[in-house]
Amino acid sequence: MNLTDAHAIQKAVNSGEISAREVAEQALERIKAVDGKLSAFLNVSAEKVLERASAIDKAVRECALPLAGVPVAVKDNICTRNMTTTCGSKMLQHYVSPYNATAVERLERAGAIVIGKTNCDEFAMGSSTENSAFGPARNPYDLDRVPGGSSGGSAVAVAAEMATLALGSETGGSVRQPASFCNIVGLKPTYGRISRYGLVAFASSLDCIAPVGNSPKDIALFLSQIAGRDEHDSTSSTVEVPDYLSEINRPVQGMRLGIPKEFFGEGLDPEVRLIIEAGIKNAASMGCELVEVSLPHTRYAIADYYIIAPAEASSNLARYDGVRYGFRVESPADLQDMYKRTRSEGFGAEVKRRIMVGTYALSSGYYEAYYGRAMRVRTLIKRDYDQAFDRVDALLSPVSPTPAFKIGEKASDPLSMYLSDIYTVTANLAGIPALSLPCGYTSNGLPVGLQILANQFEEGKLLRLADAYMQTFPVPKSGLKV
Amino acid sequence: MIVSITRAEVLKIADLAKLHYKDEELDAFVLQFQNILEYVEQLKEVDVENVPPTSHVSLASDFEKHIFREDEIRTSLPEDASLSNAPDPGAGHFRVPKVL
Repeated sequence: MNLTDAHAIQKAVNSGEISAREVAEQALERIKAVDGKLSAFLNVSAEKVLERASAIDKAVRECALPLAGVPVAVKDNICTRNMTTTCGSKMLQHYVSPYNATAVERLERAGAIVIGKTNCDEFAMGSSTENSAFGPARNPYDLDRVPGGSSGGSAVAVAAEMATLALGSETGGSVRQPASFCNIVGLKPTYGRISRYGLVAFASSLDCIAPVGNSPKDIALFLSQIAGRDEHDSTSSTVEVPDYLSEINRPVQGMRLGIPKEFFGEGLDPEVRLIIEAGIKNAASMGCELVEVSLPHTRYAIADYYIIAPAEASSNLARYDGVRYGFRVESPADLQDMYKRTRSEGFGAEVKRRIMVGTYALSSGYYEAYYGRAMRVRTLIKRDYDQAFDRVDALLSPVSPTPAFKIGEKASDPLSMYLSDIYTVTANLAGIPALSLPCGYTSNGLPVGLQILANQFEEGKLLRLADAYMQTFPVPKSGLKV
Repeated sequence: MIVSITRAEVLKIADLAKLHYKDEELDAFVLQFQNILEYVEQLKEVDVENVPPTSHVSLASDFEKHIFREDEIRTSLPEDASLSNAPDPGAGHFRVPKVL
């Protein structure tokens, strides 16, 4: 069975042509064969996977299931009952959630199989998966390079064919950037499109669960199963979930595509620029009209994001105090000592850095100057998009200013790592959907993704454009090192 | 623009955040912290006069209609599940070091 196609797997499992157990065994074998080199997974329980696969084989005899037998990798900051959810942190190394995230509940109801939990930057803070307390994941196109982050493990699992689909999460680009680095498709949905219940909170006004797959069609199938209102998340949207698969088949001719000039300025790697410019020409040749647009506040986006996200994180991560769950230091002198040492030993450097920045930005005397101002600049960033989407259907841009960088290259300079998020954070600040799709390779054979952005709740349009593009200009998968 | 932050200020923030930096880590951290604060200073260039804050993008859609629900009794996690991850559970409680 080809593990890169969820449609084919569910069809074969539903018709009895192959069993879910055989598919699961194949995925487990692939993990066993290659994940020693990649470190995409933090936890795989073959026994539970096979048990679940057998249950699905029974269930499909009664009725067809939309994701029957599809192996799905789940980022380790998304709660799964009976399996650890570590968030890539020593703080939650042994944490087992008593409940499933709504997205997990729904994908299991649809017949999918959680094949394992994937490596990520600690509490999803990072752009390389190097901040995992359990060691970095590696890029399957060059084992000395990062897969991107923070959902690096989920991207690698799909790229290296250990899983067919994956759940990642996005706060500032954490699925699109690894999708770009690993040559697959990653969708950051509209804020509130997928319930956040069971997604371990980082920055609640930005966080989204985000699907990863090999094709827009598979993502459409996946999204239609997990999206929609959930009473456990008051910020989940009541907007009806459309039939994404039928939206995909509508034509793209006549669509107006905006090119935001601020996304092609200083800092964009020349080779990446050429690949993206070629991608834009390709899109135009499908009968789309290109329009130059301006998003003037983009230059403030990183500064804005690195106030808002740490401010919310400092508040959300206050819960890790060694009392109710997670790590606690040995023999604390008193309560204060327990709090401080638990947090200082349980969190890694980047998480502490962001808690510090956030605490500072929210502290008495600085609140209005930092957090207050950042919320106003966020309004301006959102307005830039509102104005652009008055004129165009979607926007095209790079995902990341560079291809995958070397492991360790940016580790000692946190600010340079932050700057690499420039083309992705604005979608999170504005709450709009955006997607990364394979666009080409650099001369070193490193994948480069093209980003498409659309207005809130226009995932259907994004997937339609992406599918048309990938059908017309497929990027052959070549150069996997595993 | 130069932002200067002292070791003492960093220690105060660390205290608020219930974090501790070892002496040998502190100088490097103060420098990183200062670099980040200098970078975000550029937000001060933006004219935000009469611009309302956005705390949450959901406010733009139908969010407000759905943040309230009837106050009805529902089942919650049973005690053993609630305590199952506790580092030091005891007698149906979370135990902590002596406070008084």
